[in-house]
Amino acid sequence: MGEFFGQITLYFQFPFVRYAFIVGVLISLCSSLLGVTLVLKRFSFIGDGLSHVAFGAMAVAAVTGLTNQMLIVLPVTVASAIILLKNGTRAKIKGDAAVAMISVSALAAGYLVMNLFPTSSNVSADVCTSLFGSISILTLTKMQVWLSAALSVAAVAVFVLFYNKIFAVTFDGNFASATGVNSGVYNLIIAVITAVVIVLAMNLVGSLLISALIIFPALSAMRVFGNFRAVTICSAILSVSCSALGILASILWGTPVGPTIVVADMAVFVAFYLAGSFKRVKIR
Amino acid sequence: MALISCKDLAVGYDNAAVAENITFELNEGDYLVVIGENGSGKSTLIKTLCGLIKPVSGNVSYDDGLKKTCVGYLPQASEDQKDFPASVWEVVVSGCLSSCGLRPFYNKKEKALARENIEKMGLKGMEKRRFGELSGGQKQRVLLARALCATQKLLVLDEPVSGLDPKVTAETYEIVKRLNDEGVTVIMISHDLTSAVGYSDHVLVMDGTIRFCTTKEYLETFNLKEKYNG
Repeated sequence: MGEFFGQITLYFQFPFVRYAFIVGVLISLCSSLLGVTLVLKRFSFIGDGLSHVAFGAMAVAAVTGLTNQMLIVLPVTVASAIILLKNGTRAKIKGDAAVAMISVSALAAGYLVMNLFPTSSNVSADVCTSLFGSISILTLTKMQVWLSAALSVAAVAVFVLFYNKIFAVTFDGNFASATGVNSGVYNLIIAVITAVVIVLAMNLVGSLLISALIIFPALSAMRVFGNFRAVTICSAILSVSCSALGILASILWGTPVGPTIVVADMAVFVAFYLAGSFKRVKIR
Repeated sequence: MALISCKDLAVGYDNAAVAENITFELNEGDYLVVIGENGSGKSTLIKTLCGLIKPVSGNVSYDDGLKKTCVGYLPQASEDQKDFPASVWEVVVSGCLSSCGLRPFYNKKEKALARENIEKMGLKGMEKRRFGELSGGQKQRVLLARALCATQKLLVLDEPVSGLDPKVTAETYEIVKRLNDEGVTVIMISHDLTSAVGYSDHVLVMDGTIRFCTTKEYLETFNLKEKYNG
């Protein structure tokens, strides 16, 4: 045990390890808060979809040779998120189909552009990095750490301030609108935060992980708890602790960070699933 | 001045009218039942009255006392809410949101109102239950309590008894009638002609042509038709 701690302290002397830890935990906090709403709105796959959009936009930005890729990536992703989430159930093409459509087209277009106008010699490695993000989390700069910290604070603040409205709009948008709550505006807010969190997370931890961070904690919490507040709090705690454990484990055993966190989330889901069925049996 | 009045209203989606020439007036304390076949535009009309969709043409006007924020809407039951993690308390108190404005949390008055309505609907002691696991009748009472948090003036119900058994249906009608007796104006869509109409004082028939009349007039013509057909 002492050896474990010794090793972890040793690794934590490197700033890049500390950065990776902080950013990983912050991003999992934001995405788990959003995750509850997104899963309940039947938009579980939006994390994957939007990160592919971000990937496509990144490819275009790389080709055009922009120094600050965010200038293209962020607006494109935010716009896609708004298109997907704004209309909700009234859209002409329903949620899952729309997400799948945008996701696949963006991925294909991005890969095509990267191949037609290669900016580096190893295209498939670039693609792999942006999709699995296994390396990028260890090359964070101090600036990026501050950026994600600021963003997390903003996302959490918005979530807490609009918590009751987000609940009402997610549970029953029509009722909320009928009583004079502007559902459109709150759906827009949810869409914009989702897009911003995904773009940042995509850069830092890759698209595979962001989907897992959005769906797993929410689904695990929903197995056990029956009210919105408990589910939200539980999913935030689960997400943060899984990411922290995952990062520590990957340091100790030298496994890739993203997949390790996903496996931790998965294990927690199985545990909560069993606990949930046990609880239900007991009630009956 | 009428509480709510529609003049030459046409309702529908994307500028395509589903029902046209709807003209009626409701005063405070009235009880209107909207009947008609599937696809005749009943739900669309209700959504227009609640301000969820814009009228295709014509207009809806409300009495000054009844701002748009005072409509208590009871939507059709949705399957999506079955696995939604929401407790009875959370659902009911969300009816108070309209009075919150930009304030992020509920104040004491709003929480007291929610408690009062929970008690009124006979749901005391169930506040912590999960909404999705309640029976159909209990769900409707929770939604009624929520609607009452939003309004004391106008309740708009979209097929509140679909899928309920006869006993619970009768109970639900009784509750709505009791609220109406207390002075709440009610607009209700129903498939169930005979019993729903019995509680109302006005009927809006939407069968291709739109007819607005008092329940008495409606029953007279209805009975005549029955006699003629029989």
